[in-house]
Amino acid sequence: MNKRKLEEAFFKALMLLSTSIVLGSLSAVFAVVILKGAPALSLSMLTQTPKGGYYLGKEGGILNAIIGSLYLAIGATALAFLLSLPIALYLNEYAGKSRFASLTRLSLDVLWGIPSIVYGAFAFIIMLYVGARASLLWGIITVTLFVFPIMTRAIDEVMKMSPFKLREASYALGSTRLETALKVLTRQTLPGMLTAILLAFGRGIGDAASVLLTAGYTDSIPRSLFDPVATLPLAVFFQLGTPIPEVQQRAYASGVVLLALVLLLSIASRISTRKFMKYVIK
Amino acid sequence: MSRRLKDNVASKLMLLATIFSSLILFIMAFALFQRSRPILATQPLSELFVTSSWHPTNGEFGFYPFIIGTLSVTGLAMILAIPICLFSAIYLAEYAPSKVRGTIKPLIDLLAGIPSVVYGLWGVLLVVPLIRYYVAPFAGAAATGYSVLAGGTVLAIMVFPIIISVSEELFRTVPFEVREASFALGATKWETVKHVVVRKALPGFLAATILGFSRAFGETMAVLMVIGNVAKVPSSVFDPAYSLPALIANSYGEMMSIPLYDSALLLAALILLLVIAFFSVLARIVLLRVERRSV
Amino acid sequence: MGIFNPHISIQRLNVFYGERHVLKDITVDIPEKKITAIIGPSGCGKTTLLKSLNRLIDLVDVAKVSGNVLVDGVNILDDEVDVTDVRKKMGLIAQMPNPLPMSIYDNVAYGPRIHGVKDGKELGQIVEHCLQAAGLWSEVKERLGEPASKLSVGQQQRLCLARALAVQPECLLCDEPTSALDPISAQHIETQLLTLKKDYTIVFVTHVLRQARRLADYVIFLYLGELIEHGPAETVFTQPDNPRTKAYIEGVFG
Repeated sequence: MNKRKLEEAFFKALMLLSTSIVLGSLSAVFAVVILKGAPALSLSMLTQTPKGGYYLGKEGGILNAIIGSLYLAIGATALAFLLSLPIALYLNEYAGKSRFASLTRLSLDVLWGIPSIVYGAFAFIIMLYVGARASLLWGIITVTLFVFPIMTRAIDEVMKMSPFKLREASYALGSTRLETALKVLTRQTLPGMLTAILLAFGRGIGDAASVLLTAGYTDSIPRSLFDPVATLPLAVFFQLGTPIPEVQQRAYASGVVLLALVLLLSIASRISTRKFMKYVIK
Repeated sequence: MSRRLKDNVASKLMLLATIFSSLILFIMAFALFQRSRPILATQPLSELFVTSSWHPTNGEFGFYPFIIGTLSVTGLAMILAIPICLFSAIYLAEYAPSKVRGTIKPLIDLLAGIPSVVYGLWGVLLVVPLIRYYVAPFAGAAATGYSVLAGGTVLAIMVFPIIISVSEELFRTVPFEVREASFALGATKWETVKHVVVRKALPGFLAATILGFSRAFGETMAVLMVIGNVAKVPSSVFDPAYSLPALIANSYGEMMSIPLYDSALLLAALILLLVIAFFSVLARIVLLRVERRSV
Repeated sequence: MGIFNPHISIQRLNVFYGERHVLKDITVDIPEKKITAIIGPSGCGKTTLLKSLNRLIDLVDVAKVSGNVLVDGVNILDDEVDVTDVRKKMGLIAQMPNPLPMSIYDNVAYGPRIHGVKDGKELGQIVEHCLQAAGLWSEVKERLGEPASKLSVGQQQRLCLARALAVQPECLLCDEPTSALDPISAQHIETQLLTLKKDYTIVFVTHVLRQARRLADYVIFLYLGELIEHGPAETVFTQPDNPRTKAYIEGVFG
């Protein structure tokens, strides 16, 4: 029996070690990025766009990237939502357990796994075909494509949890499917949808590969959809690539901004999920 | 508009959106394929795959180093990640008290939300110097730190969340009765976990691994920032390499100015799409089967 | 208590599920190498009593157990005792057959392997012997490598019996072992139990009085967690002491 107890103790140690490695990695990422980036963070960093000579170490900040990312992520999230909600509603209210529904869910899951660079490449092809140039609009379109499978499946999962009895009650009162979908299902899953939206927003704002080929980069804040736009992930990437230490520092600072955003979104979605759990009728 | 008409129109629109979502994958593959045809016309795919020389200006497009680069960095990431994820998932599902599990799971989700450029940044700030000044000298090699090892390490951490969360849920679906049977025979908790729980959940765990593999295979920015981007087949983990996604990301600027370059890069994107789609479908179908069997 | 050898001696056993007092001060002896039936209406703590005998109750978080359960003179509820040893001694057959996700052979070999039997030949002998004792050998001997899930429910239950026998227990605890089975499979199990009582102390829970009448040498009647009456089967069934026992046996509340 001692041998068996020893074996159990050994593997338990292995388990604790593995979990520590996972948590340790998380801490390491946050610690290193924040430690290196916080010193370079300053008010001017966050409130100014790059001025002349910025990339040589002179004045300016990453406001262009912050605003740019926000425009892009908000636009893409909104557009993706317009696409995701009908699909999720259709899957839950109209298609039910059919093969079509399973196949659609499978394709969405597969789309979820496709890397953003492929979406970027695809959008790039379309842009060439229509003769478009890199701009906010195309960045939004690309990120929308990238993000809508995640959002759709997340909303779908939330709706799946809604008990059928609720919808049954609505039908019993003579509602059409659309009315049930909009008035009952949507309302009940609102907090859960918020979580899905936040999830998608987080993905959209942090992704670089999709916007690399399609959104361009610029020092100014875009004034129209057809202007190129700077994004935070690319700000990190490009600034890191320079040999000038001051500019590299700014890359670290941009990284911290991104991390802070992600952390905020994560907390917001936790709160939203908890609220959701409170109102779910089981 | 009458209610019935509204309902009808709305359902047609929703159906359209849904059909679009199932088709978009094929549309993307088709578009990429169309743009890859020029280069496929010059050389057969098999030749492109085994040629090692990548000199676009000379019209040489040998994908071999990139394929090996991607495979080695992804393979290394999986070798590192699989045992860590397995044991973490077992711990969370079977041994951790619920409060501990409740604290750790959100943290793992947080790991999933970190953007890849931040991972790349972290890799440059910590992993690369670590390899350069400590790990490589310890192993008797001289290295810049930008290496397969750096890429593999960063990638491993990036896939932790997906493998752990899918596996943990899977372990928890193994029914209580089966565990009870094992305990009733006098097995310890670990023996029950080893012989019954993990065994029953094994196909699902493999599927989770495949999902992680797909994720790592397509990861662009983080790998790009730490792997060195040298188009040669790496001979050790300390050597730099070049992955397919990194190639596409790095080269898009010049892609239109050199003939066939764009075609080659879009072929690379197509390869990524097909490989990842294949493995994703495989993994998802296995997971669906597992789900169905346990109901 | 009587003229038999107590194998299991339950002394002042109390079990709480959180606030609920599920087993109230149970004191009773269980005779060796006889079949003891625990009868009573559903939800009266019969299964809880059974699970206290092999400490499977430990797996229930909210359960609090006090008292003594002496097996061969040793209190199995003691913290110092090795719980896996206890469970080895007290085989359990659950109400719903629960084959392990393995082949028929591996199911039976699982227990012995865990407890240290490594030799392939020895394992093979144990598997054959136990499957025969469970009355399943002839039906499965050609397909031992097949997954146990392919067997019918009745066969699975006999497999669980074989599996329990494989670790050489002293007692067999059966929780309504035939309630999920068709009449023919149920009969199979009953026949095996009657044969096995030569070598094992058998305790089984049932809510089917006829089954208890058929099989039991000794009867324990539980009602709402309390021990109402116990004694040799003949006595309890024909001349019960307690009016509540009488009422139950006559079918007033069953």
